[in-house]
Amino acid sequence: MLRLVVRRLLQLIPTLLGLSVLLFLWLNRLPGGPASAILGERATEAEVARINRALGLDQPVYVQYWRFLKRIFELDLGTSTQTGQPVWDEFATRFPATVELSIVAIGIAIVVGIPMGYLAAKRRGGWLDVGAVSGSLIGICIPVFFLALILKGIFAVQLQMFPSYGRLDTGMDATDVTGFAVLDGLLTGELDASLDAIHHLILPAIALSSIPLAVIVRMTRASVLEVLGEDYVRTAESKGLDKRVVRGRHVLRNALLPVVTAVGLLTGSLLSGAVLTESVFSFNGIGNFIRTSIDARDYPVLVGFILFIAMVYVLINLLVDLAYSLIDPRVRVH
Amino acid sequence: MRIFKSGAVRAITAAVAVGLIATGCASERGKDGDKGGDKDTFVFAGAGDPGSLDPALASDGETFRVTRQAFEALLEHESGGSKLVGGLAEKWSSDPAGKVWTFNLRKGVKFHDGEAFNAAAVCANYDHWFNWKGTYQSSAVSYYWQTIMGGFAKNEDKEAPKPNYKSCTAKDENTAVIEVNEPSANLPGGFSLQALAIHSPKAIKEYEKQDATAKGDAITYPKYSQEAGTVAGTGPYKITKWNKGNKEVTLERFDDYWGEKAKVKNLVFRTIDTEAGRRQALQAGDIDGYDLVAPADVKTLEKEGYEVPTRDVFNIFYVGMTQSKNPALKKLEVRQAISHAIDREGIVKTQLPEGGKAATQFMPDTVAGFSDKVKTYPFDTNKAKELLKKAGEEKLKIEFCYPTEVTRPYMPAPQDMFERMKADLEKAGITVTPKAMKWAPDYLDATEAGSCALHMLGWTGDFNDGYNFIGTWFAGPDKQWGFDDKKVFDSVNAASKVTDPAGRVEAYKKANETIMEYVPGVPISASPPAIAFAKNVNPPKVSPLTQENFAEVSFK
Repeated sequence: MLRLVVRRLLQLIPTLLGLSVLLFLWLNRLPGGPASAILGERATEAEVARINRALGLDQPVYVQYWRFLKRIFELDLGTSTQTGQPVWDEFATRFPATVELSIVAIGIAIVVGIPMGYLAAKRRGGWLDVGAVSGSLIGICIPVFFLALILKGIFAVQLQMFPSYGRLDTGMDATDVTGFAVLDGLLTGELDASLDAIHHLILPAIALSSIPLAVIVRMTRASVLEVLGEDYVRTAESKGLDKRVVRGRHVLRNALLPVVTAVGLLTGSLLSGAVLTESVFSFNGIGNFIRTSIDARDYPVLVGFILFIAMVYVLINLLVDLAYSLIDPRVRVH
Repeated sequence: MRIFKSGAVRAITAAVAVGLIATGCASERGKDGDKGGDKDTFVFAGAGDPGSLDPALASDGETFRVTRQAFEALLEHESGGSKLVGGLAEKWSSDPAGKVWTFNLRKGVKFHDGEAFNAAAVCANYDHWFNWKGTYQSSAVSYYWQTIMGGFAKNEDKEAPKPNYKSCTAKDENTAVIEVNEPSANLPGGFSLQALAIHSPKAIKEYEKQDATAKGDAITYPKYSQEAGTVAGTGPYKITKWNKGNKEVTLERFDDYWGEKAKVKNLVFRTIDTEAGRRQALQAGDIDGYDLVAPADVKTLEKEGYEVPTRDVFNIFYVGMTQSKNPALKKLEVRQAISHAIDREGIVKTQLPEGGKAATQFMPDTVAGFSDKVKTYPFDTNKAKELLKKAGEEKLKIEFCYPTEVTRPYMPAPQDMFERMKADLEKAGITVTPKAMKWAPDYLDATEAGSCALHMLGWTGDFNDGYNFIGTWFAGPDKQWGFDDKKVFDSVNAASKVTDPAGRVEAYKKANETIMEYVPGVPISASPPAIAFAKNVNPPKVSPLTQENFAEVSFK
């Protein structure tokens, strides 16, 4: 187990190095630069040149790259050209928001998706099955931002049941402990803030959960159907084992294996969905920040983000493998 | 089966319950919170976060909107207008040479941190800016200081402008004298800029301990400018909190304010960066007002009963010509032909909100220096054809750049405006090659570098002086225009050196006439930007310079 973890963590080094080179070459071929983003539309050429000199952007690419690499080793991702604050600080402020949103979204997808997929498989051909299958098809087809807009239009603007934007109500301020608003409220006893944060999370999380939910329903259904047809299930049932035990220990456990892999990958992909959802709900997460960073050509943020995401993907995969080995002991042996 | 069913049901029930509790609690708070019932807090949404709580380090409208409520400059613009009036200085005057500016300061003014406002405080601010070192000397940090006062006590960068600021003297407790080396068209307007607003001397001492640093790829602003603890001005509100996670800046009424106290106790600025997002937040009752209303939304909002006042026109939208990019543009007849070919009135009628005006020169008629006598180029396709023939350019082919994904106060729908102009030009026999570009940085870079033969841009004024408009473009050779015409440059620069205000206005009029004889580009229109408020709000007087004073806001 430990070897698996260490090996995976070591894999991070070449992955990140390779990525950083690719990123740097790509970014250096793009027109424009942070100078115009900093100075705005009335900057003169001399001013742009002065800024570029001050920021070291007039130096050769390899010098810039080396400097950049050195800073990464010092765990310094540079400063955002949009906000003038360290990229780490910007990530630290926003990342918890996105993680919180993603956890709730994936939570909704798992809590609703697995039982629904299971029930659909158990009652194959019934109305529940037809509903789940066609519903999941719609879930996959509807673009996330479109669903987000519809939800917002109906439940926030028309019915005013939910807030239309942001993470917390105006003036509502949870004491910052972990950056996760819901958790912070609970930790500091400011229950009001926790509830307010949940209230703000519901619509965007539902929008964001649409694709993972649909995928989980379909995968669980297919997987359960497959396992139900397996000999060992029939054997177990014909031996008169308790049905609950058969379904819990044999059917579900085995059927969940592919679903766990999918959940891992879906969690990673939620970040791209978050860009759109967070934009619609002006949710101050990493997704919205990346969108504005792309608009503003905020290179340090983009480079930092992509490296960071690569790291997150590797770590999620590691967690998936660990979860796998918990569910299926055979994996542990290999 | 049962295990699962009951487990799932339990989980779903729990989730729904938590959701309902949250909904219930939050809507309850909403009722006496920000959804109409709370008369203590006014929430206004802007399109972007402020960059800094020290306006001296900023040059953007979103920052100034916030800091303007807390910091006051020596001079101000009249509420709802562009006329220069006393701010922290009740009266001001200059010597005939325009080099010595005397300010008679308001008495009984207190800073938010309890310090007294006086002439020494004024000088502490100006000297602080003049003595900036290192990264503070970068034009990204001190753009407005450099624009108005030139460089620093010790310029560290060879390319930094020559300092024009000479000294500030506290003649007595309530008289400050600021001397400059040369008269400047940017004075006295510059004394009204938010970037030169006066801070508490005690706060300045704290500021001076902190450096702005240029490390890596950008400039890191000093800590004090990012947290509400240190900054202190004299305005009707004091900044109490900047919650970056929630994208909101909170201001509280300053009870010791020298003037009329703010009507609403708390003022909150929040960031919602999309137009649709801001409109929906207003309609959902989550905010009480927002800026940068899309022209297409103005009528809808008005119909729904929202207050949507429009600001007076203080901007200009133009088609720029880059003579160095297309040699045909060097011919006067061709430039005149293009001017005649474009139907400005048509653009104003179809593309601009109500109150938009067709432009005859490179400044709106609200700016002192606007001339009624400029040569005009009315829409006349035949005349355009004739002029092109005369110039031997009947088969003129020209590239026309336009930006995408952007809305500016002067240019609500660039693509539609471009399409209209393209059709007009083609009617006159000009073949237009369209080139669409992303606004920032591609389009701005391209136009700045002079790589677009025709392009569309605009400008919103900082203060009411002609130089702030025509000086921006025609004070000397500029790649955007790609021409070098002494007569044009001299006319603009001559105006900037006239110290007598009335004389300067006359000189600007002449400069406008010279420019429009030369016709370096086509001024198209000036449009009034709208701002929206909730139904229960008495809005502040809207300002052509977008300098609204939110202390005037109240709830019905």
